[in-house]
Amino acid sequence: METYMILLVGVFFSVAVYLFLSRHIIRILLGAAILGNAVNLLIFTSGRLTREVPPIIATGPTGTPETMANPLPQALILTAIVISFSFFAFLLVLTYRTYQELDTDDTDEMRFAEPRGQQMPPLEY
Amino acid sequence: MNTLIFRTIAPYLTSLMVLFSVFVLLRGHNEPGGGFIGGLIAASAFAIYGIAWGVSPVRRAIYFHPLGIAGFGLVLATFSGMLSIFFHAPFMTGLWGYVPIFEDEIPVSTVLFFDIGVYFVVVGAITSVALALEERSRD
Amino acid sequence: MASPDTSNTADLSVAMMTAPVELADWLVVAPVALCITFGAILMMLRKNTWLQAGASVVGLSLLVVACGALLAHVLLNGTVTMTMGRWLPPFGISFTVDILGASLTFVASVIALASGIFGANDVDMSGRRYGFYPFLFLMMAGVIGSFLTGDIFNLYVWFEVLLISSFGLLILGSEPRQIDGATKYAFLNLVATTLFLIATGYLYGIFGTLNMADIMRKAPEMGETAPLLTLTAMYFMAFGMKAAAFPVNFWLPASYHTPRIVVSAIFAGLLTKVGVYALLRVLIMLFPAEREVLGLVVAIVAVLTMVFGALGALAQTDYRRLLGYLVISGIGVMLAGIALASLTGLSGTIFYAVHSMIVMTALYLVCGLTARIAGGFSLAEPADIYRSHLPLAALTLMLLFAVSGLPPFSGFWPKAVLVKASLDVGEWWMAGAILLTGFLTTIAAGRVWILVYWRARQEAGDSDASPVRLKPMTDYLPVGILTALAVLLGVYPEPFLDMAQTAASQLIHPAAYIDSVFPAGGVE
Repeated sequence: METYMILLVGVFFSVAVYLFLSRHIIRILLGAAILGNAVNLLIFTSGRLTREVPPIIATGPTGTPETMANPLPQALILTAIVISFSFFAFLLVLTYRTYQELDTDDTDEMRFAEPRGQQMPPLEY
Repeated sequence: MNTLIFRTIAPYLTSLMVLFSVFVLLRGHNEPGGGFIGGLIAASAFAIYGIAWGVSPVRRAIYFHPLGIAGFGLVLATFSGMLSIFFHAPFMTGLWGYVPIFEDEIPVSTVLFFDIGVYFVVVGAITSVALALEERSRD
Repeated sequence: MASPDTSNTADLSVAMMTAPVELADWLVVAPVALCITFGAILMMLRKNTWLQAGASVVGLSLLVVACGALLAHVLLNGTVTMTMGRWLPPFGISFTVDILGASLTFVASVIALASGIFGANDVDMSGRRYGFYPFLFLMMAGVIGSFLTGDIFNLYVWFEVLLISSFGLLILGSEPRQIDGATKYAFLNLVATTLFLIATGYLYGIFGTLNMADIMRKAPEMGETAPLLTLTAMYFMAFGMKAAAFPVNFWLPASYHTPRIVVSAIFAGLLTKVGVYALLRVLIMLFPAEREVLGLVVAIVAVLTMVFGALGALAQTDYRRLLGYLVISGIGVMLAGIALASLTGLSGTIFYAVHSMIVMTALYLVCGLTARIAGGFSLAEPADIYRSHLPLAALTLMLLFAVSGLPPFSGFWPKAVLVKASLDVGEWWMAGAILLTGFLTTIAAGRVWILVYWRARQEAGDSDASPVRLKPMTDYLPVGILTALAVLLGVYPEPFLDMAQTAASQLIHPAAYIDSVFPAGGVE
């Protein structure tokens, strides 16, 4: 089961990287969303995938037994999902505003902060 | 999206979803649910109302600015974490009290208030994002 | 959830702390709680713009007091820990404060206060209504939380807190330039934090714990079998991107010159240093053996960052962009100490971080004042400030000396310490790079001084147009405080060098840190 999940995570990562390499900001945004999911699945898988097992741990050895999924990664991705969700919401608004204000979604044409053909610094005093 | 059917249904749908979000919030301690998911349900309720009737009716209906609601939630969550200073316990310790209401004893905890704080933060923040997106698409 | 019910017969002391917490330990969380509370209350009162600035200055002053008290507490009593919610570490999230964390927190609070005072005049009503001060407080919560936390996933959460509030600050004016800069800043920082999260996921997979003290106890025995080198490299990449180290620094010059000047000042002072702080924690404290292997890579990155930063500064026409490159160059100098990883080198890095926080913030602030007088940020336009505003010109000159590393200002000592540290271990090229960077920075700073402050205006007619008056309280006071600190660090460095050295030795020998989290030697 874990092997298939890892392959899926790999696919997610490659899709995310591919989308990130695009010039269009909307694709980068979709890449960011997929990247977040890829990481969450990665952490989820790292905590073992098992059937339902009662959460009972014998006294003595610390740590969860092999037959049981570790619950902490699931708590971690809960936090990570919340964060990546709020991030995505913010980036969505930002992308939308960018498209409206700058009238382009092509990063090559977004040169407002760093305009082309800037003046050279003064070469003499 | 302002068809007659949708416009007629939206207020009922919104009120039902807000009610359900409170239910989800309060059952969240021992069962699936909680502040975050409840807040998301409430925020989507406002978003639906906004889609049907426009943004300004939503703003009038919730009266406070969404970010103000988020700020209130943050204050509530922080103070419920700070309450443990009076009990010589570390920050964010869950403190429990039992309030007798009629025949029953209702357990009340700082954890509950923290979760209510989270609810308000999520409602405020996500509603403000959703309204910002809807507002722009109209003009 | 176990409720501490009296009828419950289970022995809670194996899972929970039963000892009462002393009031002094609350200082550990006080700065963060204060920031969040003030930020949230100001968020609720956003419409009352008249109240925002005054209340913020009060709140930030309280913050300075709280952080000062925390620093004093740590200096007197050693490393302090508070573990949240009574759960025993490593299960509860610990806030662990050593001298490094406490001193950076204190400096950060002073910078926030200076920026808050400056903002009272610089941020107009629309900026206040949009929420400059609430975002400032929430960002401070993120910065201070990162400095204080002892849990690596919690560090990730604070990174996100500061990142999301910094987005809010970045687009305060919603001009096209700002939106453009914010887009690039947002996406590239998203990649960096995602890398951080990936590394943290792997870390939990390897160690089964996220508490830094617990990781330190387990790392030496894991070193043989676990892919710790990969992990360390991933952290280096993630935090290097945050800190704007050379090959991944491009987001900084693309965005730091776009927001309001006071926002740029806070960013330059705090955000990149949080990255350096995280590098110190992870590379030096958690994985020293793996850092040995990566040492050469870190050293090359450090040299390239400092030299290219200084060269970039020489090529700029815009005052603010020039300062952005100086920030990058400073990051390179700090990385040099991490590459050396000796006691002297690390104390140089820590001292340089403190110096850079103070001086870069002050330089952005004077840059804003200068632009208000000159009407723009271009170096090509002479502003003749030396004749019209002598105090401003004098303050700027001191700060430019400090940033170039010339005595008797704060930049001199950490650079001297770092050069000595590199020569001690025979890395002459590192020493040479630091000196070369100092030389190039001096040229860049000297050009700023000559072109903007010294050079007389060509046309005489302009001078009788009513000169811009700077207010002593909101304009000169914050810059003055920061410059005074820079002078103090330069003229009387002895106690601060000692402190940096103690902080560095605590990083290299983290026994006190572990003892603070696990007082009785641990739960095992």
